[in-house]
Amino acid sequence: MTTKQNLLIIGNGMVGHHLVERLVEAGACERFAITVFGEERHRAYDRVHLSEYFTGRDAESLALCDADYYDVQGVTLKSGEKVFEIDREAKHVITGQGRYAYDHLVLATGSYPFVPPIEGRDQQGCLVYRTLEDLDAIRDAAEHATNGVVVGGGLLGLEAANALRGLNLDTAVVEFAPRLMPMQVDTDGGALLKEKIESLGVQVLTERATQRIEKGEQSRLRMVFQDDKILETDLIVFSAGIRPQDDLARACGLTLGERGGVMIDDHCRTSDPAIFAVGEVALWNQSIFGLVAPGYQMAKVAAANLTGGEARFGGADMSTKLKLLGVDVGAIGDAHGDRTPGARMFRYLDPLTQVYRKLVVSSDGKKLLGAMLVGDNAAYDTLLQYYANALELPKEPASLILPQSGAAPALGADALPDTAMICSCHNVTKGGIREAINEGALDLGGVKGATKASTGCGGCATLLKSVVDHELAAQGVEVDHSLCEHFAYTRQALFDIVRVEGIKTFSELMEKHGSAGRGHGLGCDICKPTVSSILASCFNEPIMDAAHVPLQDTNDTFMANMQKNGTYSVVPRIAGGEITPDKLVVLGQVAQKFDLYTKITGGQRIDLFGARLDDLPAIWGELIEAGFETGHAYGKSVRTVKSCVGSTWCRYGVQDSVGMAIKLEHRYKGLRAPHKIKFGVSGCTRECAEAQSKDIGVIATENGWNLYVCGNGGMRPRHAELFATDLDDEALYRTIDRFLMLYVRTADRLQRTSVWRENLEGGLDYLKEVILEDSLSIGDELERQMQTLIERYECEWANALSDPEKLKRFRSFVNDERPDPSIIMTSERGQLRPA
Amino acid sequence: MTSAALALKGVSAPAWQPLCHRSDLVAFSGVVAWRETPQSKPCQIALFYLPSHTPELYALDHFDPFSNAFVIGRGIVGDLDGEPVIASPIYKQHFRLSNGQCLEDESVALRTWPVRFDGDRVLIEA
Ligand code: SRM
Ligand SMILES: Cc1cc2nc3c(=O)[nH]c(=O)nc-3n(C[C@H](O)[C@H](O)[C@H](O)COP(=O)(O)OP(=O)(O)OC[C@H]3O[C@@H](n4cnc5c(N)ncnc54)[C@H](O)[C@@H]3O)c2cc1C
Ligand code: SF4
Ligand code: FES
Repeated sequence: MTTKQNLLIIGNGMVGHHLVERLVEAGACERFAITVFGEERHRAYDRVHLSEYFTGRDAESLALCDADYYDVQGVTLKSGEKVFEIDREAKHVITGQGRYAYDHLVLATGSYPFVPPIEGRDQQGCLVYRTLEDLDAIRDAAEHATNGVVVGGGLLGLEAANALRGLNLDTAVVEFAPRLMPMQVDTDGGALLKEKIESLGVQVLTERATQRIEKGEQSRLRMVFQDDKILETDLIVFSAGIRPQDDLARACGLTLGERGGVMIDDHCRTSDPAIFAVGEVALWNQSIFGLVAPGYQMAKVAAANLTGGEARFGGADMSTKLKLLGVDVGAIGDAHGDRTPGARMFRYLDPLTQVYRKLVVSSDGKKLLGAMLVGDNAAYDTLLQYYANALELPKEPASLILPQSGAAPALGADALPDTAMICSCHNVTKGGIREAINEGALDLGGVKGATKASTGCGGCATLLKSVVDHELAAQGVEVDHSLCEHFAYTRQALFDIVRVEGIKTFSELMEKHGSAGRGHGLGCDICKPTVSSILASCFNEPIMDAAHVPLQDTNDTFMANMQKNGTYSVVPRIAGGEITPDKLVVLGQVAQKFDLYTKITGGQRIDLFGARLDDLPAIWGELIEAGFETGHAYGKSVRTVKSCVGSTWCRYGVQDSVGMAIKLEHRYKGLRAPHKIKFGVSGCTRECAEAQSKDIGVIATENGWNLYVCGNGGMRPRHAELFATDLDDEALYRTIDRFLMLYVRTADRLQRTSVWRENLEGGLDYLKEVILEDSLSIGDELERQMQTLIERYECEWANALSDPEKLKRFRSFVNDERPDPSIIMTSERGQLRPA
Repeated sequence: MTSAALALKGVSAPAWQPLCHRSDLVAFSGVVAWRETPQSKPCQIALFYLPSHTPELYALDHFDPFSNAFVIGRGIVGDLDGEPVIASPIYKQHFRLSNGQCLEDESVALRTWPVRFDGDRVLIEA
């Protein structure tokens, strides 16, 4: 026998409606006959965007659902029918139209605007700002008015003031407290806010208590303040706070809070187990939540509990960001810093641009407890994520609120954990967004449709977009992340395959994991060099070995850099930039003998240009004879370690930077990687070696070395970030070993460390965890791998010179002795150059 | 005499000229050969060797029209959509090994020559 139980909902506001949606979704209509009573004549509408009623939207466009939604879902909606009484004994509610029996009842009656008990407050022209009808009344009153006053300088008060301004009234805000928005901002913030709002032409009167309201002389009304000063105005909008609409509950004896609000437990049940309460009428843990997001969460919890599920309300974050009268205001968590003992504060105040930012940070400086923003909300999303996900703050938290000097650590979408709350109105996490995309949402609209994210207060719109973009990119790229038509893998996946299966040649990899079935299995100019680089990073076999020769870019094939006329450049290694006079002389002699153009490079070494293919072996023969070795200028590999002169000569140097640069260069020379790698070592903080623009930057300290990582010069310069401090030599090597090996393993092809780092989920903190704290327990393995490569190092040119087979390649023509006759040089400033 | 000379030429002037040896080639890569005949001006020929493919030998002009340098023989051999190609080492355009056609620019094609093995000798059509 299936008679449905009666489920009645009192209140058809934002939360009451959300509850209906959640119930419908959970299939509750199967077991309940649901009836909703709404006192207002409009069906549920978007109160959050109520003010847009004055800027072009009508009631219909503000409605939260289609006109036939309730009918279609089989839910009875009784708009314009107010509930007067709850008879808990009979389990009935009583309205003007009749009595209705219930098995379960939900109170979603919201709140009403509080009007302070001021004498004369009932006169015509005294209004409130809560419903569409209130706004109709304000609009009517404004027609015959030239000015208006808002009582209450809080969030809603300022919104109302903006509305009055929009209705062409001279507007003033009267606030009882010493500053505007006392809940959200402190004295400094309030002062700034006041300044800004006054500059918009809204008069701000603080510390004003209205004693009574009389008939005015110039205007309709006259407000008289505590000091008998007066203010005349045509209309007054009270916005002095809200109070829970708890009359019904009080009358039927439900437990209320001391200052009102229907007490609920974690399941949103009132003291009567048959009655739930949700939204602004509900009091949970002594708190009323005057925002829509917590209300939605309560609705979700109540719906689950009504339909036999289990869910708990655990409180909600009251962080808010708004634009009031065009002024950004943001408050996060403990914005005043008075809720946590030992909290520390950072403040930034710019009186010229009128920006105020404040951070409240835990006593150890690691966690964000709260934040306050006035004048610029740009940092809000990032700060909220630090707060909501308890992410560890950067070393210098102040960097988050200081003016962007370029290096402010923005928290990109990629840096957020899956649990990061993106839309708190609809409780949508980053993981939820990814799920929606996995399930077929293909763009921002699709994600909004599937998750409702950003359809509440709208405050999360920017963040949502960046997360969606990032996720789509991540997934899209995954599709195209196939290296090329020959391998349906990312570089990282190929790297793992090679390493795990011990694959040592391109042809074996192609056979086992490539598209050899299609086409000719020849590979291409994308996958061949990539695989060659992976093989080198794993096994470090000479790149001139027969199996590897066809894989190389021409530069690697001939171990020299091809120039625009088909000649090559020769760059011997000059570790750390240090070179003996004897070697300098040899470079000069070789250049003279083979007619080479010479230049000091940007990498502190000497480049010999214009070498003919046929001459390369002879040139290298002489260089190696003199003690030089290859400089890998041609490879995607470790290039140079730039050094400053350091403590040996410099009066400021605190460590031997040249010595360290040479050690580092010899340790990592020949390491092949997704892209080139450059180092810098400076002997003190003056940083003459520009280490902070390098992939690996080392700067001497009194106690050892500070390590910076992921810097870049080139097309998109990026400062390296401080990674570890005061390392001794051994610790420095170990850390760099791990860092480089992790990069080599996981970066994409042709991705410098800087770009890799920017795309790394979890960012620098993640890198630190993996490398410094060994969170993945791969530290030893990375070090071992690096050690193997170091041990297998061999100068490629020396290797080639000892093998006649390999030297055969250095002929312009296989069937003719002559050098390439097409190369024509001319001279300039005393040296040769391509004609 | 004239007709005899003509007849002689027709019989003995080889249609295929030897260019180099199999051991000069590098599998799945390119080498460059010099070619000078009385009939034509000298040219540089890029030879590509794909063992166990058909055909296994290709001869294209070593000259890269995009960089105006003689470099084609030093590019990377590969296949795109199943067609063997060579990528120029300078600006990375691809040319079909079979007919020299540039994939990025329809209007450009490298000159090609018929080549084949004769035992270990590499022959090119005169
Ligand atoms: C020779 C040299 C210029 C010079 O005369 O000083 C040079 C020359 C070339 N650089 Fe460089 N770069 C040279 C120092 C630099 C520096 C300065 C430095 O290392 O301190 C930079 C900026 C620092 C950096 O890399 O972060 C630099 C940033 C680049 C970039 C941009 C990289 C980026 O991430 O944005 C490229 C293009 C690329 O790699 O994709 C590039 C590419 C090249 C290439 C390979 C371009 C090419 O494909 O022909 C040039 C050929 C080198 C050759 O034939 O030997 N070169 N290049 C310098 C050789 C240094 C050395 O001793 O090895
Ligand atoms: C101008 C304005 C701007 C706002 N901006 C934001 C914002 O940016 N972000 C944010 O999070 N929140 C904002 N809020 C607050 C947000 O609108 C409320 O948190 C939300 O509407 C609460 O939903 P509710 O369902 O609990 O209450 P309500 O939406 O107020 O709904 C309660 C409904 O119950 C009806 N009702 C009451 N008693 C009875 C009865 N006895 N019988 C029948 N019906 C009854 C009422 O008429 C009302 O329609 C704003 C509010 C206003 C007024
Ligand atoms: S970085 Fe310091 S030690 Fe090195 S040269 Fe400059 S001032 Fe001297
Ligand atoms: S946070 Fe309010 S709509 Fe997303």
